[in-house]
Amino acid sequence: MTSTPISSMLWVLVSSFIGSFGAVMLKMGSAKLHKGFWHIINVHVAAGVALFLVSSWFFVLGIRHGELSVLYPMVSLGYMWTLFWSRLMFGEALTRQKFVGLGLILLGVFFVGLGSQ
Amino acid sequence: MSTVTTTQDQDVGSTTARQRPLLLVFCCTVLGAAAQIFLKSGANHLPHAGLIAMITSLPLMVGYALYGLSTALLVMALRDAELSLLYPVIALTYVWVTVLSFLIFHDRVNPFKLAGIATIVIGVGILGKEPKK
Repeated sequence: MTSTPISSMLWVLVSSFIGSFGAVMLKMGSAKLHKGFWHIINVHVAAGVALFLVSSWFFVLGIRHGELSVLYPMVSLGYMWTLFWSRLMFGEALTRQKFVGLGLILLGVFFVGLGSQ
Repeated sequence: MSTVTTTQDQDVGSTTARQRPLLLVFCCTVLGAAAQIFLKSGANHLPHAGLIAMITSLPLMVGYALYGLSTALLVMALRDAELSLLYPVIALTYVWVTVLSFLIFHDRVNPFKLAGIATIVIGVGILGKEPKK
């Protein structure tokens, strides 16, 4: 069994961090949709898509070496960053329901990673 | 368009107002998984990794288009719901990718993957439940 290099973990961590900002941008851009569907093309949505592209580039760098069982669950760290930004930037309530749901999803992604060797 | 939506929301009440964004994200994850399958099959049949080859490959183009569509659905869903609620639901993509890889590429499914899929589905189910007041 090969071990996972620290550099791979770092790339995936960076990827999840950048991706969470992409999600924040999409949320900001989604408010413009109240004016009509074609307002979906706006600066925030474009920035969100760009951040997702950059994030996926770091992800590919990260998963070239190392074990998916370690790296896959690290991607879902992005969900935790996003939870944090949602509270900080949009004042969303962090309920027990959200923590339990997210916890199970993280556990599930960890299992899928274990099975993807 | 926005006026139509407002009228609908008033008509159908709060349950559907909560479920509509979840349904949109659900479709978003199905399209996202389909996009990954097209990208994977496109990459498998790519003669060489040049830019022209990547732009002119039909499966890759379909994959990118599906990704675009899936992002549009996510933005539409985010308009009416909390980011902290919707974003983790995207993990359903793992479920569809595992199922589709099994059906199309005959990738092996093992107990770990099955347990993972089941746990993700339960987690999403909990997020989708109406919170107790």
